[in-house]
Amino acid sequence: MAYGEKLIDHYENPRNIGSLDKNAADVGTGLVGAPACGDVMKLQIKVSPEGIIEDAKFKTFGCGSAIASSSLITEWVKGKTLDEAETIKNTEIAQHLALPPVKIHCSVLAEDAIKAAVHDYREKQAKKAKPEAAE
Amino acid sequence: MNVSPQNRRMPVYLDYQATTPTDPRVVEAMLPYFTEKYGNPHSRSHIYGWEAEEAVEKAREQVAAIIGADPKEIIFTSGATESNNLAIKGVAHFYKERKNHIITCVTEHKCVLESCRHLQQEGFEVTYLPVQKNGLIRLEDLEAAITDKTVLVSIMAVNNEIGVIQPLREIGALCRSKGVFFHTDGAQAVGKIPLDVNAMNIDLMSVSGHKIYGPKGIGALYVRRKPRVRLQALISGGGQERGMRSGTLPTPLCVGLGVACEIAKNEMPAESERLHYLRDRFYKRITEQLPEVYLNGDLERRIPGNLNISFAYVEGESLVMGIKNLSVSSGSACTSASLEPSYVLRALGVEEELAHTSLRIGLGRFTTEEDVDYAVSEIVAQVKRLREMSPLWEMAQEGIDIKSIEWAAH
Repeated sequence: MAYGEKLIDHYENPRNIGSLDKNAADVGTGLVGAPACGDVMKLQIKVSPEGIIEDAKFKTFGCGSAIASSSLITEWVKGKTLDEAETIKNTEIAQHLALPPVKIHCSVLAEDAIKAAVHDYREKQAKKAKPEAAE
Repeated sequence: MNVSPQNRRMPVYLDYQATTPTDPRVVEAMLPYFTEKYGNPHSRSHIYGWEAEEAVEKAREQVAAIIGADPKEIIFTSGATESNNLAIKGVAHFYKERKNHIITCVTEHKCVLESCRHLQQEGFEVTYLPVQKNGLIRLEDLEAAITDKTVLVSIMAVNNEIGVIQPLREIGALCRSKGVFFHTDGAQAVGKIPLDVNAMNIDLMSVSGHKIYGPKGIGALYVRRKPRVRLQALISGGGQERGMRSGTLPTPLCVGLGVACEIAKNEMPAESERLHYLRDRFYKRITEQLPEVYLNGDLERRIPGNLNISFAYVEGESLVMGIKNLSVSSGSACTSASLEPSYVLRALGVEEELAHTSLRIGLGRFTTEEDVDYAVSEIVAQVKRLREMSPLWEMAQEGIDIKSIEWAAH
C-alpha cells in the first residue's frame, strides 16, 4: 500500500512511545481495539491539576496507519484540556495522515483511544472525590 | 549460480511463491519466436508455421518430461488459474449425467475454491475437506467423503502460503481404487519436488509458467489419456489442443515454459539442497534471536523455498512496512483487500491474533546466503522495534494473559 509522507514519518519516527504509571491518580489509560482484529491501541495521558494534558504516551499493535494515528494523537492532545481533547475527530486524523479509505478505521480507533483515556482519568478523579466527600 | 538477473537489486526479493523472475536463459530461448520465427504454429502450408509448430511440440515434450507424462497429454493454457478452471469445470460438466460430486480442501487456491463454488451454484455437490494443524489433509477424511457420485478429487500438491506438500501418492492410490479422477494444482510444486503422474496416479495436473522462472501468461494442464479423462472445453474455437483449449498457441510463451521446465528438472537436485540449506539457516537464525516465533505448517513435508512465520505481538503489515528493503508477503488482514486474515492460516487453527502477525518468506533460484543474512538482520531489528511499541508485548512481559481481557470487537 502506498502511504503518504506524514504517515510514513510517524511510522518510522513515532512520537511519544512508552507507558505512564497506569495506577497513578493523574494518569488516564485508554486501551481500545482487539488482537483478533489486528489492532490494539493504548493511549495514556497525564493531566495537570489545572486539567491540562501535560504528557501523552502510546503503544500500538497494528498496521502502519494505526501506529501513525496513535503517534499523531499523542502530539495533538498535549497542551489541550480534557474537553478540547475530546473534540478531536477521526476525520481530522484521517485527513492529516491522508489515510486510504480502507484504513479509516485506524483513525476511528485513535479517536476512541482519546475518549477512553479521558473517561478513565475522569472515573479515577470521581472515585478519589467520593471518599473525600464522605468525610 | 552466475545468471543472477538482479545485481543485488534492492529491495531483496523474497516472494518466490508469488512469482519468479524469468530466467535469462528462458528469455533468450523465447526471443527468436517474437521477431524471426513468428509463424502461427497451426499454419500447415509454409515454413513459418512448421518451425513454430516444431518449437511448440518440443516445449510440450519438455513440460511432459518434468511430470513423467506423455507429450500428447499436455494442453497449453494461459496459466494455472485457467488450468484449474478447465480441469474442475471441464470434468464436472462432461460427466454430469452420471456423477455430481467434487471433493476439494479448504486451503486450496482461490481459483479452485471459486470454480467449485461456481459449480455448486449450478447444482453440483462439493465437499471441502478440513486440514490438520500441519496443513495436510487426512486420508481417512478423504476416503469417508468419496461416494459413488464423486467424479473428481482436487487437492493441491503444494500450498502457496505455507508450502506444505500433500500426500499425493496416497491420495492418487485412493482415488484410483475408488474410480475417481484425481486433479492436483501443481503450480507451486512443479520444478520444486519430483512429480510422476503415473507413480502418483494423477489424472489431471495444473502447471504454471511464472512460478518456475518461465514467462507469465502461460501454463499447462496435464490430462491423462489412459485411462482416458474427458472434459468439456471452456473456450470454443478452432479446436486446438485436442479440442480442449481453442486459440492460437503463443509460441514464445510455450517455448519459455518448456525451457523453464527443462532447467528446473535438470537443476532440481542441487537447487533443492541449496534452498534447504538457506531455509534452515534463515529459520535457525530467526528463532535464535527472537522468542515467540511460530512456524505455520509442517516443517518436514514442505518445499525447501518456503517459510511462513508468525511473529507474535507484531502486526504483519506494520512489519512489512518496517522491512522495506525486503519484498515479502503477509497473512495479515491489513495487507488484503478483504481485511480478513489469511483463510489458509485460519484453516490450520492458527488463532486470528497470530494470523495477523505472519510473514511468508519465499526463497528461490536467485536468493543468496548474503540475502538471507541481510533479511534475518532486518526482520530481527524490526520485530524488536515493533514489540517495544506493542501493548500486547508489554502485557505479555508483565504476565498478563491477553485472552483474559475482554476486548471490544470492532
